[in-house]
Amino acid sequence: MTVIAVVLVFGFFTYNAQVNMENRGIDFGFGFLSQESSFDVQFSLIEYDGSHSYFRAYLVGLLNTILVSVIGIVFATILGVIVGIARLSPNYLINKFAAFYVEFFRNIPLLLQIFFWYFAALRALPLPQDAEAMFGISFLTIKGWYVPAFIWQNFDIFFYSLAAAIISIIIIRVRAKKLQETQGKQTPVLLISIGLILILPLLSFLVGGVRLSFEVPVLKQLATTSFIYDGGVSLPPELIALALSLSLYTATFIAECVRAGIQGVGKGQKEAAASIGLTPNQVLKLVVMPQALRIIIPPTTNQYLNLTKNSSLAAAIAYPDLVLVFAGTALMQTGKAIEIVSITMFTYLSLSISISLFMNWYNNKIAIKEK
Amino acid sequence: MFKYLKQLTSLVAMVAVLFTFTTESMAAKKSKTLKNTQKKGFVRCGVSQGLPGFSNADAAGNWTGVDVDVCRAVAAAVLGDANKVKFTPLSAKERFTALTSGEIDILSRNTTWTLSRDADIGLTFVGVNFYDGQGFMVRKSSGITSTSQFKNGISACTNIGTTTELNMRDFFNSRGISYEPVAFEKADEVVAAYDAGRCDTYTTDKSGLAAQRTKMKNPDEHIVLPETISKEPLGPVVRQGDAVWEDIVRWSLNTMIEAEEYGITSANADSMKTSDNPQIKRLVGAEGEMGAAFGLDNEWNLRIIKQVGNYGESYKRNIADTGILPDRGPNELWTKGGILYVPPSR
Repeated sequence: MTVIAVVLVFGFFTYNAQVNMENRGIDFGFGFLSQESSFDVQFSLIEYDGSHSYFRAYLVGLLNTILVSVIGIVFATILGVIVGIARLSPNYLINKFAAFYVEFFRNIPLLLQIFFWYFAALRALPLPQDAEAMFGISFLTIKGWYVPAFIWQNFDIFFYSLAAAIISIIIIRVRAKKLQETQGKQTPVLLISIGLILILPLLSFLVGGVRLSFEVPVLKQLATTSFIYDGGVSLPPELIALALSLSLYTATFIAECVRAGIQGVGKGQKEAAASIGLTPNQVLKLVVMPQALRIIIPPTTNQYLNLTKNSSLAAAIAYPDLVLVFAGTALMQTGKAIEIVSITMFTYLSLSISISLFMNWYNNKIAIKEK
Repeated sequence: MFKYLKQLTSLVAMVAVLFTFTTESMAAKKSKTLKNTQKKGFVRCGVSQGLPGFSNADAAGNWTGVDVDVCRAVAAAVLGDANKVKFTPLSAKERFTALTSGEIDILSRNTTWTLSRDADIGLTFVGVNFYDGQGFMVRKSSGITSTSQFKNGISACTNIGTTTELNMRDFFNSRGISYEPVAFEKADEVVAAYDAGRCDTYTTDKSGLAAQRTKMKNPDEHIVLPETISKEPLGPVVRQGDAVWEDIVRWSLNTMIEAEEYGITSANADSMKTSDNPQIKRLVGAEGEMGAAFGLDNEWNLRIIKQVGNYGESYKRNIADTGILPDRGPNELWTKGGILYVPPSR
């Protein structure tokens, strides 16, 4: 019954759209994706210019959306965990400061915050010719944050040594766990890991012939009062403002999830753990966090999804994300509204479902397994 | 008995259906859009989100501008009152979808007439009410006086979803200059970002540059470079498939331009009814049956001239007197050295 209703409703909408489009002389199809896009995009992770196809433009937008979401999620998580723990701090000042931060940033609409950070940054940042060098190599200006570019020689050797370090760390961790379970011996896993990840890549420099040099940005004059930096890598202010506002906004919600999670672990648990002689660090790591995580993960997943979807506000400040490039410029130039909006909706749906699936998998992994 | 009753009712129903069909086919000549507009009592017009001189709302919500006047002219023609217009501000991105989906009936929003827009996306351009071209604005202090001084790495602020983005690429590409396009969704953000120093140049239609310059913190610090890099004929657009409505909008605009050519103004329109020149008499509804083909009365064009004025009056009121572009340039009548030339109303 429900299936029939759903099919009928969708069928009606499709039919209605078809009839109306036919009446107005608009044809439906995805052929435009292979046509030349003939517009340029400010910032792209893959090689792209107007001579590439609309599909390539779609990929540019998608990658930019993923980039800002990943940066946002990483920083929001770090900041959220710190603030969440700070809110439980016995220190009055830290505690109240964290509470103020949460209440302030989560109660102002995100779009306003994006505008604020973008235009505040534009007003506050210096013109390229007035910029002070950071550590002599990096320049934060109104036209972007110019950082040195890495120039590698024999990068593959460096990469293999790093991979080898990571694999051996995983092996050591597994063995250490086994050792503790069977013989009760504790291994200083953290120290060994840090050592490995430093020493192996270092060796690749010393004996592997890996060379790393930097290309430092240099000031270049375009006109009397118009300058840019040449060379190096430039992070556009649009990306910085967007990532900053998304992180600051979402971190408030994650902080509340973390606080709820930690407070959700019974006091008796901590006291019991302390009474069998665990150090405060071990109490947090072995008793509180494993239980708190189960409470924290599901609502935090929601926040990750929100952040990804909120990144579509990018269009307001010219960050070329999926909505600006594909559902904006490409839609306008082709007039294929139904096709492009459906592709965009489907893309966000897939992104959200992937995040959800990953977080569900992680949640299942850390859930208590009844034996 | 019941049997006959049933047959009788179906007969009545058939007659009723036939009758509605016949009345429908007579009214169909009047066009569906026209009929809906007259039923609603207002013209649904899509305009910009604020471009001084073309379509801009004051603090009280009154819309003015040469684009706005096209919609007012249509309202005067079909409804008898130039104020019966509902304006919908649209971004460059939304405008065509709003028109093809039937949310508005005229799009009069400084829109460039191009082949792909006319042919591809279910639209019909009815004419040109402003001949424009894309240009560049820079800071005076930069010392740039010509686009030939542009160098690799220049950043250019503009709007998304316009022909501007495409022309800009053609321009920089053909000269082999690498550039950073910074494209915003709304014009206000473009102005704010350029004004703050984010970009070295701001590019859009020259009329738009002149209008947006008035919004800058310090308009005198900026100049529009002399080069024009594209042809931008701006004009009103209607949906494809309603030929009568298309004609009404086209001839409302033509009437305004032709009225200027024959010296008919909002002040002297009534007295022109007794003119000796038959062309003038036709333009004020005193000769011929100029409205019948549209399903309108004979004084539709007189109302346009009386309530909205001729093209020259509209230009002077909105663009010249506001200091945006005092010089009419190509937007002068063909008789006075410009390229405004419309077919005759007869």
